[in-house]
Amino acid sequence: MLKGKSVLEPMDLTMEEMQDLFETADDIIANPEKYAHAADGKIMGTLFYEPSTRTRLSFASAMLRLGGQVMGFSDASSSSVSKGESIADTIRTVGCFADVIVMRHPKEGAPRVAAEHSFVPVINAGDGGHQHPSQTFTDLMTIREYKGRLDNLTIGLCGDLMFGRTVHSLIKALTRFKNIKLKLISPEELVVPEYIRNSIMKKSGIDFEEVRHMEDVLPELDVLYMTRVQKERFFNEEDYVRLRDSFILDEAKMKLAKDDMIVMHPLPRVNEIAVEVDDDPRAHYFDQVRLGMYVRMALITKVLGLEA
Amino acid sequence: MVIDSIKNGIVIDHIQAGRGMKLLSYLSIDNENDTVAIIMNASSKKRGKKDIIKIENVDSNSFNMDVVGLIDPDATVNIIENEEIKAKVRPTLPARVENVIKCKNPRCVTSSERGLKNIFVLNDEENREYRCVYCDEIVSMDKE
Repeated sequence: MLKGKSVLEPMDLTMEEMQDLFETADDIIANPEKYAHAADGKIMGTLFYEPSTRTRLSFASAMLRLGGQVMGFSDASSSSVSKGESIADTIRTVGCFADVIVMRHPKEGAPRVAAEHSFVPVINAGDGGHQHPSQTFTDLMTIREYKGRLDNLTIGLCGDLMFGRTVHSLIKALTRFKNIKLKLISPEELVVPEYIRNSIMKKSGIDFEEVRHMEDVLPELDVLYMTRVQKERFFNEEDYVRLRDSFILDEAKMKLAKDDMIVMHPLPRVNEIAVEVDDDPRAHYFDQVRLGMYVRMALITKVLGLEA
Repeated sequence: MVIDSIKNGIVIDHIQAGRGMKLLSYLSIDNENDTVAIIMNASSKKRGKKDIIKIENVDSNSFNMDVVGLIDPDATVNIIENEEIKAKVRPTLPARVENVIKCKNPRCVTSSERGLKNIFVLNDEENREYRCVYCDEIVSMDKE
């Protein structure tokens, strides 16, 4: 039972709870009217300490479509945080007003601190370069929808694998499924952090290979997960500019890929996927956004223990 | 070199040579009141060389044994009462330590949230690796 629980990382859900989450999302997609008043009278607090358009609007839309209400801030400078309030105090306060709290924070582990002090469930909507569970559920839901399975897959993860929290969360979650092969495509400066390599991948025994060129592995892939090289994760502009253009997917590269490979991206993209790829039937990053909202609707119903 | 034995307190013996100063820095020593001796590179039958720390009049009940286990699980802790060894303790690698290891990840919430404890849990016993419960940063005590 997820009711009343905080969701800080994908592994906070058991395999059964994850399966149930996807099935609920399927049901919401098929029967949206059944859920239109599921969250009547409930309030979601969205505490976004750093900018986000997609995730914040996706959560807000999810809550509104369930009949609930949304309040919060989308910029720490417009809240009491700018006066130096601690996370613990902010959460204890907002917990008096909201039934569920969705939090994005630049500091890694901030949602865990929030959950330690919260009376209501906290959902991590991204903490620094660390975890982003609702994006992971979205990614898994997208793979499940367009590949029809979550096992026996060769998955390429490309771009910023060091600071890309969506990648870290996804790798962690994928270790649970059978016969997954990971191809980690990144420049040397942006390889996965040591804790992901040693404590997650090596420990789980998942098959993985680190490569420097996308072309080397493209023909093998069932899924290509592209990521943006994020400016805000760099300490200096020079490194950012140098690495930004390293890995760009275009139609020429798509010719090397299988006909049924799917391309995913957590968005927003900058230039790592050329616009010409958008019309390719294998491009599913906008479907991913749509599915993300339904997964978040399902997640809210679960942590609030709502009935359709 | 001769260093007097202590009447009451703790002697940490068989510390791997070179780890004594580090262990001392992790122990919460009261600089104003504690009488402390550190012997570096003393000869040892077992290890060739060893470090030794003697702390006088420290209360063995409040002594943080976890810190010794963390820095050198092969060291021995002798509790001295009236110039005699009352107990010999072999520390173990602690499963969890609070406010002993400081997280070095600049993006970790422990670097900004007031009053938040630094909590690390044992991640890999063989490599003496600890993991920050907040940001998952790994610290290897062998490399520290």
